[in-house]
Amino acid sequence: MGLIAGALEEMGIRTICLSTFEPIMTQVRPPRWLGLPYPLGFPLGRPHEPELQTRILRRAFRLLEEPGPGPLHQEYDPEREE
Amino acid sequence: MATLSDLSLKDRLWYHRYRFRRVEPLPWQPPGPTLSRARVAAVTTAGIHLPDDPAFEKVKGGDFSYRMISRETPLPSLVCTHPSGAWDRSGVEADRNLALPLDRLRSLAEVGEIGEVAPRHASFQGSITAPLRLVRQTGPEVARAMADDGVNVVVLTPV
Repeated sequence: MGLIAGALEEMGIRTICLSTFEPIMTQVRPPRWLGLPYPLGFPLGRPHEPELQTRILRRAFRLLEEPGPGPLHQEYDPEREE
Repeated sequence: MATLSDLSLKDRLWYHRYRFRRVEPLPWQPPGPTLSRARVAAVTTAGIHLPDDPAFEKVKGGDFSYRMISRETPLPSLVCTHPSGAWDRSGVEADRNLALPLDRLRSLAEVGEIGEVAPRHASFQGSITAPLRLVRQTGPEVARAMADDGVNVVVLTPV
């Protein structure tokens, strides 16, 4: 996913990666990524919970406000975002 | 957050032996149009696609192909043919928004928090251990398609 993010950024498109698996993220090092406290396969939290999924996206979009340079990593804290 | 201990022994061994590739130097687009004016797309590695598209294949080095998904696609119609057993696909099978959050993006566009949902989104299968053709061919193809569509921001969802 880091390689795809790199291709998009090189084309002028800002990217945010939602990841539940830090070991891979620290290896592939995408430009911006939000760490999420959910299992592998659940980057938007839980199924059929639109409010949670929307909160995660809103939190992810805040990474776009950072001037850089990357890599930029922040963590999603469910209790803080409720 | 998942940890290495959540992986099978086979996948842990792979992780420790594999030489991950990075894009160097790291590309970084500075802040651009405000989010309320941005066109937003989603890209996943969950290996989901339209039922009439070819399935992702379990091939040596990993399937580096991709499938485009239009914003009008009803999410429940998408199928998942990702061959890896390293992740739990029950969530994505129950709600495709976990991989491709198009319903959420549509709602954010309706209230003006984002400018627009992009016309096309993309799905890869991930688990690509020989990424040369992803780096040289399919990654740039998708990036060009999204640039042609006027996309400003992409949300990426690896699984």
